[in-house]
Amino acid sequence: MINKLVFENLKHRWVRTLLGALLVGVLVASITTLIGLSRGLLEERAARAKGTGADIFLKPDAHGTVSFASGPVLEKFVPFVQKQPHVAQAVGVLVQPVELITSINGVNIPEFERISGGFHYLEGGAPTGPDDLLVDESYARQKKLHVGATVRLYEHNWHLAGIVEGGMLARFVVRLDTLQQVTANTGKISQILVKLDDPARTDEMVDYFNKVLAGDLKAISIADFVSQFNISTFPQLELFINIITTMWIVVIFLVVGLSMYTAVLERTREIGILKALGAKPWTILDLLIREAVLLALLGWAIGIALALVTRTLIVTMIPASLNVVNVPDFWPKAALIALSGAVLGAIYPGLKAARQDAIEALSYE
Amino acid sequence: MPQTEVSPEIIRVRDLRKVYHTGGVDVEALRGVELSVARGEFVAVIGPSGSGKSTLFNILGGLAPPTSGEVWIDGVDLRKMGESARTEMRQRKVGFVFQKYNLLPTLSAHDNIFLAQAIAGLKQAPAGFDNVLKMLGISNRLSHKPQALSGGEQQRVAIARALVNQPAILLADEPTGNLDTANSNAVLDLLRDLNKRTGQTILMITHNPEAAAFADRIVSMRDGQVLKRSEGENGD
Repeated sequence: MINKLVFENLKHRWVRTLLGALLVGVLVASITTLIGLSRGLLEERAARAKGTGADIFLKPDAHGTVSFASGPVLEKFVPFVQKQPHVAQAVGVLVQPVELITSINGVNIPEFERISGGFHYLEGGAPTGPDDLLVDESYARQKKLHVGATVRLYEHNWHLAGIVEGGMLARFVVRLDTLQQVTANTGKISQILVKLDDPARTDEMVDYFNKVLAGDLKAISIADFVSQFNISTFPQLELFINIITTMWIVVIFLVVGLSMYTAVLERTREIGILKALGAKPWTILDLLIREAVLLALLGWAIGIALALVTRTLIVTMIPASLNVVNVPDFWPKAALIALSGAVLGAIYPGLKAARQDAIEALSYE
Repeated sequence: MPQTEVSPEIIRVRDLRKVYHTGGVDVEALRGVELSVARGEFVAVIGPSGSGKSTLFNILGGLAPPTSGEVWIDGVDLRKMGESARTEMRQRKVGFVFQKYNLLPTLSAHDNIFLAQAIAGLKQAPAGFDNVLKMLGISNRLSHKPQALSGGEQQRVAIARALVNQPAILLADEPTGNLDTANSNAVLDLLRDLNKRTGQTILMITHNPEAAAFADRIVSMRDGQVLKRSEGENGD
C-alpha cells in the first residue's frame, strides 16, 4: 500500500515528476555519453593500431601511449630497424593532429601495405601522385566526399584518390614525403611500425629493441599498446570523469532535493493525515525516499534511452567527428549515480516531513 | 511501558491541563478537565470556539501530550507515553474522523481506508468489515478517488477508514461541519447506528446542538473546563 501511495503521488503530480525525471535523465544521458565517447575514441585508436598488422611499435622514449604530436624521431632509424634480425618490414609513420581528436598519417604506402595486407578500397585506389589522399568511409560519408574531390588540410589541397574501409592506421593517409614537406618535418617521423618474420618472437624482439635503441626509442608490442587504451590507463581522463560524476551527483541531489522539498510543502496536510493515522517518522521519511528512488530510476531509464538516441544520432550524422560506443556495463553505475544523488536529495525534505507536528500539519491550508 | 488497568471506563480524564507556550505567553487551553466515558457510549462534546474541545480531542487522540493530569484510554495511561507510544496508540486504539474528511487525494476510497491498516501493520480487513462498508453505503464507491465523491460520501469513507483497525474509540471532530443538512443527518444517523449495532464508543466534538442531540450524552465545555452539569441527556 505504501508503494502504491508512492506511485500515485508521482502520478498525481505528473508534470513535476516528468520534469524531475527528465532533468535526472539528461544528466544520466550526459555522463553515459561522455563515457561512451571516451571509450569510443580510445577503442578507435586501439583498432587503428591493431589494424596496421604490425607486431611492434617503436616510439620516442619520452612519449606517452597516446600522442597526436609528431615525435622527434629521425627517419634514418627506419633502415636501421629494417636491418635488425627477424624484421620483415619496418615502416616510418609521421602523425599530425587534425580536427582536435583525429590525425593525418604520412607513410610509405607500398611498404605499409606489405605489413597490413593492404587497404580495402571502397572507391578509387592507391595514391599515385604526391598530393593524393586516402580517407576512411565514415569521413567520406559525413563530408559527402567522392574520389576526385579536393580536401584542404594543413593549408594544403589534397586530391582524394581513394575511400577505404575504416579501422586501419588513421582517418587520413597520405604519402610520407609530402606530409613531411607540408608540415616542415623533413627527415622526421613520429613512430615506426615493425612487422616480424615470426610473430612468436614479439616479446623477445621488444626486449631486444629496448636494449639496442635505449634512450632513443621505446619498443612496445602492439598487443600491449592496444591493451593500454582504456580509461583507467589515463589518470587525467579518469580524474576528469570522476569530477564530472561528482558534479552530476550534486546536481541530481539539488534537482531531487528541490522537487521533494516542494512536495513536502505541498503535502503538509497529507503528512498530517498520515501522522494522525499512526505513521511513524521513519514511515514518512521512507515514503519520500521511495519517491526519490522511483524518480531517479525513471530518470535513469529516460537517461539511458536519451544516451542511446544521442549515440545513434552521432554515429549517423557525424560518424567521423565523434566515435561513441554503447556502454551497457556503465548503466548500473549510472543508476547508482542517479540513486545516490536522489536519496541524498530526499533526506532533508524527508526529515523535515518526519518532524512535522501532526496538529499543525492537519490545520495547514 | 505505559501502565494499563482494567476499567469499565474507556476514557477517564482527571484534572487534565494543557498549556501552550506561544510567543513567550502561556495560554491555558484546558483547566482541569474531568471526563469519563463508558465503553460503548456515544458522547458529544459541545462548546463554543476556544472552549478547549479541539485540544481535548487532540490529547485523547494522542496527537498532543497533556501538560498535567490523568488521561486513561482503554486502560492505558497517556501520561506515561512518549511520542512513539502515542503514535502506536493512534494506529490501533483511536480512529479519527475530521471535519474536512482528510482523505489522501491521490488514493481511491478503498486505498484510503486500507492505508490505515497498512500503517498499523495489519494485513486483513476485520471480519464483517464488508457489512460496515454496506452500512456506510460506500461499497460501490470504493474505486473512486475523493474528488469524484460527494462530501457525504467522503465523510463516510473517512468513517470507514477510522473503523478499519477496530479502534477502541472513534473520535469525530465536527464530522458534519462541511456537510449540508441532509448529508449531516445521514452521517449522524450512521454514527448512531454504528454505536447501537456494534457498540463502538464514539466521542464527537461539535458546536452544533442539533448534531450533539444524536449522542447518548452531551458534555459541555467552556473556558477549558467541562461544565459540572451536562446538558441534554439523551439516554436511549
